[in-house]
Amino acid sequence: MLEVSVKHVFQGFTLDATFKAPPGITVLFGRSGSGKTTIVNAVAGLLKPDEGRIAVDDWVLLDTKQGVQLRPHKRRLGYVFQEGRLFPHLSVRQNLAYGAWFAPKEVPRESFSKVVEMLGIGPLLERRPAALSGGEKQRVAIGRALLSAPRLILADEPLAALDAARKAEILPYFERLRDEVSVPILYVSHAASEVARLATTVVALDGGRVIAHGAAAEILGDPNVRPGGARDIGAVLTARVLRHQDDGLTELNAGGLPLFLPKVTAKPDTILRIRIAAHDVILSRARPEGLSALNILPKTIAELRSGDGPGAIVALDTVAGRVLARITRRSAVAMELQKGTMVHAVVKTVSVAGLDIGGNA
Amino acid sequence: MQDWLGPAEWRAVALSLRVSFWATLVSLPLGILVAYALARWRFPGKQVLNGIVHLPLILPPVVTGYVLLLTFGTQGPIGGVLADWGIVLAFRWTEAAVAAAVMAFPLMVRAIRLSIEAVDPKLEQASATLGASPVWVFLTVTLPMALPGIIAGTILAFAKAMGEFGATITFVSNIPGQTRTIPSAIYAFLQVPGGEDSAMRLVIVSVIVAMAALLLSEVLARRVAHRVGGA
Repeated sequence: MLEVSVKHVFQGFTLDATFKAPPGITVLFGRSGSGKTTIVNAVAGLLKPDEGRIAVDDWVLLDTKQGVQLRPHKRRLGYVFQEGRLFPHLSVRQNLAYGAWFAPKEVPRESFSKVVEMLGIGPLLERRPAALSGGEKQRVAIGRALLSAPRLILADEPLAALDAARKAEILPYFERLRDEVSVPILYVSHAASEVARLATTVVALDGGRVIAHGAAAEILGDPNVRPGGARDIGAVLTARVLRHQDDGLTELNAGGLPLFLPKVTAKPDTILRIRIAAHDVILSRARPEGLSALNILPKTIAELRSGDGPGAIVALDTVAGRVLARITRRSAVAMELQKGTMVHAVVKTVSVAGLDIGGNA
Repeated sequence: MQDWLGPAEWRAVALSLRVSFWATLVSLPLGILVAYALARWRFPGKQVLNGIVHLPLILPPVVTGYVLLLTFGTQGPIGGVLADWGIVLAFRWTEAAVAAAVMAFPLMVRAIRLSIEAVDPKLEQASATLGASPVWVFLTVTLPMALPGIIAGTILAFAKAMGEFGATITFVSNIPGQTRTIPSAIYAFLQVPGGEDSAMRLVIVSVIVAMAALLLSEVLARRVAHRVGGA
């Protein structure tokens, strides 16, 4: 368990955040300038906050009241940077071994061969970082952090510099890290799709403050939390893969409701996390007939939130879980929507993008 | 080569090589330290240190030589202490090496400083987060990545030491076998009738050594730069 409490003022910006990160992936979620990277750098010791306390279990990294401030190299954290930061003068093998060499010898650690196998970087070991693609670099950076026997892994937007295909290449490795390695991970992101796919816990930040903090499905299903902006809202459902159909669609079971997705690679019976972007959901009072969309879910409205803009967010509780829909305020009024109203949510099959479909054990 | 060069000429060449070799080798660790301090640390008096280091580059060499004479002479602050210990350097090849080192130092520091400044501090941060203490960060990241510049600075300093004349002749005179390096020998040969041939042979040696040093530095720097990742 990582406990963070930091206050820091710089260039007119005030960061004041307190949260706990249980095992698994805790995502610091917010738009740029919300203080995410500042928090991670404070945890890593690369920045000294004005005030604060940071501890991993009973190991105190920083406590300004007690005058405790460990130097970065004493903190035993694996930091995966946005731009990889591999050492260009060392081979991949030497990069991987670098952190392990400085780790205390008595500390249990992941074996070199297991990490190399898990990240699929065996064929790259003798190469130099300059000869690697962006995705390969990031996989090596993950391995390097992991092999330093860290108590905590920090990842600062590790996918932000990659294109969609490379992102899709790296995401499964973070999932394996979450599911197979016991080290807690603090992960910075501004992309809702990454949050939906990876997060065990979400800490939503805005303007240097924690605006919401809790389990991923809960935070992402809350229409009041939208650190990425209204366009980025989307709820997360878990669903089980039923069967792959001949026409390229995969049928899933989300708490008893059938869902159809473009063919996913997961085997039947795998449990997947599915993110349904709020702007891909259409609402209808009557059950729609003769529609091209395949996924139609009956729900009751749990919450309706409209802001100052023309949009409104409707939260719906289905047997499968919370789903969010973004509609216009005008429609909400015209359809007489309110809490408790029964509606049908229509989700276009194709709208569930590949990157949003994540495995979850 | 010994047949081609007369004994006096050969002595000057051997002495020059010895003086330059030791001058460069001994000043290299200090050069790296000063370059690192100027590149990465913030401390009071940084500009003063920078000025002192560069002074021999700007001052007339004769002035530098005279200051060295005052400092290292048996009456001087450093020479006096050394004399108390029974070490008298005056008019020996070791003092010629001191003069060469002081004159070559700014060139060495400049090249190394530039190459250290070119090392991305983000890589040093990454190294620290992986558990490397500041000394290990320097040894495993900064130093290897700055290596092309360190090589260039070292060879430049060596070449400068080979050619040093003004400070050397002022500081330690022109004693055959002790302080008569190639430039001093050329000067001495040109003062006596019939010395032109000897002077010309030493000029040729000078040109060869200088060219070889330049080529070596190019080749080494290129090889290291390639190894450092073609960055």
